[in-house]
Amino acid sequence: MRHTLAVMVENNPGVLARVAGLFSRRGYNIDSLAVGRTENPEVSRMTIVVEGDQRVLEQVTKQLHKLVDVIKISDVTTERYVDRELVMIKVSATPSQRGEIMQIADIFRARIVDLGAKSITLECTGNDGKINAFEESLRSYGIKELVRTGKIAMLRGIRYTGVQAQESE
Amino acid sequence: MEITAAEALVKCLEKEQVEVIFGYPGGAILPVYDAFFHSTIKHVLVRHEQGAVHAADGYARATGRVGVCVATSGPGATNLVTGIANAYMDSVPLVVFTGQVPTSQVGTDSFQEVDITGITMPITKHNYLVKDASQLPRIIKSAFHIASTGRPGPVLIDLPKDVAQTMIKFQYPRTVQLRGYKPNYKGHPNKIVEAARLITRAQRPVIYAGGGILNGGASEELLALAEAINAPVTNTFMGLSSFPGDHPLFLGMLGLHGTRAANLAVTNCDLLIALGARFDDRVTGKLAEFAPQAGVVHVDIDPAEIGKNVQVHVPIVGDVKLVLKELLARVEKRNDTSWLDQIQAWKEQYPLHYDPEGKLKPQYVIEKLNEITGGNAMVATDVGQHQMWVAQYYRFKRPGSLISSGGLGTMGFGLPAAMGAQVGMPEQQVVLVVGDGGFQMTMQELATVVEQELPLKMIIMNNHTLGMVRQLQQLYCDSRYMAVNFKFLPDFEVLAKAYGIKGYTLRTNEEVDKLLPEALAQPGAVLINCIVDADENVNPTVMAGKSISEAIDC
Repeated sequence: MRHTLAVMVENNPGVLARVAGLFSRRGYNIDSLAVGRTENPEVSRMTIVVEGDQRVLEQVTKQLHKLVDVIKISDVTTERYVDRELVMIKVSATPSQRGEIMQIADIFRARIVDLGAKSITLECTGNDGKINAFEESLRSYGIKELVRTGKIAMLRGIRYTGVQAQESE
Repeated sequence: MEITAAEALVKCLEKEQVEVIFGYPGGAILPVYDAFFHSTIKHVLVRHEQGAVHAADGYARATGRVGVCVATSGPGATNLVTGIANAYMDSVPLVVFTGQVPTSQVGTDSFQEVDITGITMPITKHNYLVKDASQLPRIIKSAFHIASTGRPGPVLIDLPKDVAQTMIKFQYPRTVQLRGYKPNYKGHPNKIVEAARLITRAQRPVIYAGGGILNGGASEELLALAEAINAPVTNTFMGLSSFPGDHPLFLGMLGLHGTRAANLAVTNCDLLIALGARFDDRVTGKLAEFAPQAGVVHVDIDPAEIGKNVQVHVPIVGDVKLVLKELLARVEKRNDTSWLDQIQAWKEQYPLHYDPEGKLKPQYVIEKLNEITGGNAMVATDVGQHQMWVAQYYRFKRPGSLISSGGLGTMGFGLPAAMGAQVGMPEQQVVLVVGDGGFQMTMQELATVVEQELPLKMIIMNNHTLGMVRQLQQLYCDSRYMAVNFKFLPDFEVLAKAYGIKGYTLRTNEEVDKLLPEALAQPGAVLINCIVDADENVNPTVMAGKSISEAIDC
């Protein structure tokens, strides 16, 4: 099963290497990893999608906790959450194909971010399923380049997983 | 008043009451050595950086304090790597300082530059590259805290030369602020009650005690628990010396070269009480057949060890000493002796054995050593057959008196570690037992032993071969002995003379009887070269992939 972990870490140099190194040397598979600063500049948030059964997940969590720079780990998959990913896709498009592609973009609520003589670049956000479907529908035009950010996730409702939450509890 | 960060470093060490550091100077660490010039902290100059880190490791194990070592950048730092990994595997508290090239040159492949924080990330509990000199006191304070609390381990601090020379306002922080590091010491009360219930109900309990007992200073509580519930105790290799070796409840070591009594007890027990042990593969053998009938209570300070290798019925994360105290208040005395009778029968049926006749046997030397020292010596070993014979035949009486590389199995560890132990415990009798292979890996430290005037007793189990590998080749490669026999060895007695210390060469039981007591009684360092039978194997032994209940003699 796939789990989405929200990992709050000290915004120290090397923290990404520590986390990535831990996954590789212990043989855990990362599906995706997205990292960025939080509302607190000293804290970064990593969203890690990891594949594995309960035992693997327990070990991943415990081993992550052993890293001094890791402050808090939440498995958002166990609760109600929203997740999003951003994709940018550059497809071949002659002027005559632009119309069709723009219609597809409409359906997926994607946006056109760049237009060239022979290409068109679109951005789209959504969960896994939507991004995959969007990619599929553009495939026939010839995808020249594709980049995905990896998933980010957040709990629904008032519950939150940030560091402040931990401190005020 | 402002001082350099290097001077601040020395002040920090003084604040941490560091008495001795082991090190080797060099270019990038120059400012730090300059600052040491005016310090009262003793510096032990080793002959190779690997010696420094192993010595700091031996010092830490012997004294229970944090071991400190220092090396320069590049090769100085990489020479520490094995020793850091060794300390990490055996949970030994170290603070390791390395010099680094100036910040402006970091990342440019400059002279003697290596990314030591990158290299040691997987083998340190934590590490730091100091970029802001003003942060150094905070970092050192955190490093000592991290190294010595929770599950201990090595922490490395990499200090660029220009940072070391930067002037800072010195103030040593009184507290440590690490929101991501909060070890849990107190076991969960409900789990402790549950464990006590299982223990009281058990018909055939076995206590399986590891190195955590020593790190947690819980030997007394272990003994109290064993006697309270009348349960036999087996030690992991790392746990040896945590339980008296001559106690009637002691089963000896378990696992790959464990006693048959210990392995049979674990295989047949209905409750396994694992205390500060981690179900290592050398202990469990075939995992599916390890303690197959047993409920498992697992007490460990490191939550990640619980449930890692085996399924645990009652997990207790906490300090083993505190948890044992809580348990002791809750368990009831067990009076049923049928299980102990069974254990006694196994002990009598399957004692450790060897044939003392003929060529000198290494086991004989260890038995004599045990007899002469009364099990009270601090024994350091290297890695290999002799290490297992020490584990089997030396009956440790004092907690923490075995200094040996368990997890990593580092050949060359013995001599420098024994040296560090002797530096830390100058009044204690420290005896090194080492093979001719391992001794040659770090024997340059003999010079340090002499220079520091250490009364270290070094026993070389000299069988002219890499015995453990030879044994493996006999078992797994149809006795095709490849690259294990030494065609040339130095005359170790003469070598001792070259270093100005007394040397002995012992070839027979009679010589051991007569000269070993004399050698051990010498006031200074002594090298005792025992020419032992190369055909002797470590028994019992469990073949790869087999259950520990299926040990063989080979």
